[in-house]
Amino acid sequence: MTSLGKKYIMAVSGLILVGFVIGHMAGNLQMFLHPDWINAYAYKLQNLPYGLLWIVRLVLLAAVVAHIVTAMLLVIENRRARPQGYSVDKPIQATFASRTMRYSGVILLAFIVFHILHFTTQHVHPEFRDLYRPLEGVGTIHGAYDLLEATGKNHVHDVYSMVAIGFSAQYWYISLFYVIAMGLLFLHLSHGISSMFQSVGLRNHTWRIRLDRAALVIAIALFVGFASIPVAGLLGILPYQDMVQGVHHMHPPTTP
Amino acid sequence: MSEKSLNLNLRVWRQKNADAPGKFVTYKLDNISPDSSFLEMLDLLNEQLIDSGEEPVAFDHDCREGICGSCSLTINGIPHGKGRMMTTCQLHMRSFENGETITIEPFRAQPFPVIRDLVVNREPFDKIMQAGGFIDQRIGSAQDANALPISKETADKAMDAAACIGCGACVAACPNASAMLFTGAKMSQLNLLPQGQPERYKRAINMVDAMDANGFGNCTNIGECEAACPKGISLDFIAMMNRDYAVAKVKRFFSGAA
Repeated sequence: MTSLGKKYIMAVSGLILVGFVIGHMAGNLQMFLHPDWINAYAYKLQNLPYGLLWIVRLVLLAAVVAHIVTAMLLVIENRRARPQGYSVDKPIQATFASRTMRYSGVILLAFIVFHILHFTTQHVHPEFRDLYRPLEGVGTIHGAYDLLEATGKNHVHDVYSMVAIGFSAQYWYISLFYVIAMGLLFLHLSHGISSMFQSVGLRNHTWRIRLDRAALVIAIALFVGFASIPVAGLLGILPYQDMVQGVHHMHPPTTP
Repeated sequence: MSEKSLNLNLRVWRQKNADAPGKFVTYKLDNISPDSSFLEMLDLLNEQLIDSGEEPVAFDHDCREGICGSCSLTINGIPHGKGRMMTTCQLHMRSFENGETITIEPFRAQPFPVIRDLVVNREPFDKIMQAGGFIDQRIGSAQDANALPISKETADKAMDAAACIGCGACVAACPNASAMLFTGAKMSQLNLLPQGQPERYKRAINMVDAMDANGFGNCTNIGECEAACPKGISLDFIAMMNRDYAVAKVKRFFSGAA
């Protein structure tokens, strides 16, 4: 594959992943609303029609794999192109973020794997699988309450409590890891979001500064939005903190 | 000439030939005028070396007025030294402190093997040019130049690209030894103009293929090339190359060619 072909793959897969994290953050911010919001949202995503959930997951997986495999090829080729480095080696103007993409990327990969084991498959805390809560009819925007109320079975997985417990003070090191990972996501995207436009040739000197600034704004917004949840969980200051179910007095779901 | 002269420690890369291992050798050089250019300073070093029966340091130079692209050298980690938009021959010793240790290395890149000391072989740039850095045009009985209107903006942009002197500082400054600034500039100077249109997309593919075949690295959009370029060639020309290459590939796909 040509050098530019690899750049296009990095840009397009990166664009898919940036789109995902923006949507993911918007969804996550429902943690600051009544538990019904995120629980109904999670129920809706888990029960999307036409296997959409798996289609989205496969697209994301393909984007992650393409991004990583291409990045590895690029790193190998780039090392080969500069076998002997400089004795005095200091950047003229390149940002820290742009020079450390490969390192922020590798740590983010480790974070993604942990995050999936933590909250998606719940292998880190298998007891999270037993957290259920009836929907109370708040946050009906997702339509899950109306749907379930009609069947009389409105217990859903209590994602709200799972996240609140997962980030609570007893697991402070997990919250810390999340915040650090989101700091790396900030670094990665502060370069990546503008860089993808350059790679596909949709940038010039006028748009470079605009895209650089837009990338910075998006990266900061993503950091603040994502990191606010583990921080709020760690400090126990979620607005509906008193509605968090303790894992030790969980009730088995009446209708699993 | 009223300024005080400089006493310098020069840490210079010495290497007999492409196959020999190289090493840094430190030389003391005293009484250098701050008004002398960097290359004149090296000339004085070589006179000192010849006087003491040592081999002079080999380095590239030609016009000594910043237009030929011959001079190279990575000075204290920066191709052509720390001055913005200047070549090594335009760098003057007033930019350095008395008693300073100056590290002088060749441009480092796999496609630019060291020939001797600070001289590297930049022939891969010629290979990229031979792949598409030209237009096919019959000569003789040229039409009136004014018969081919070109906007001022476009002409300026093409001239900005054409300012590239092919020195290789972009490759030397890039942590990936990528030649995309050079290739982008040499491609865009023709692709921007009407005269370059007939072979525009063939040129894009052939020059990128030649760049890859010569073992240059891949651009990571960090902008060190633009910062090191003595002619201030813009990253915009890399973006133009990226776009032309993508369009060329799509055209080729839909035309049924390989």
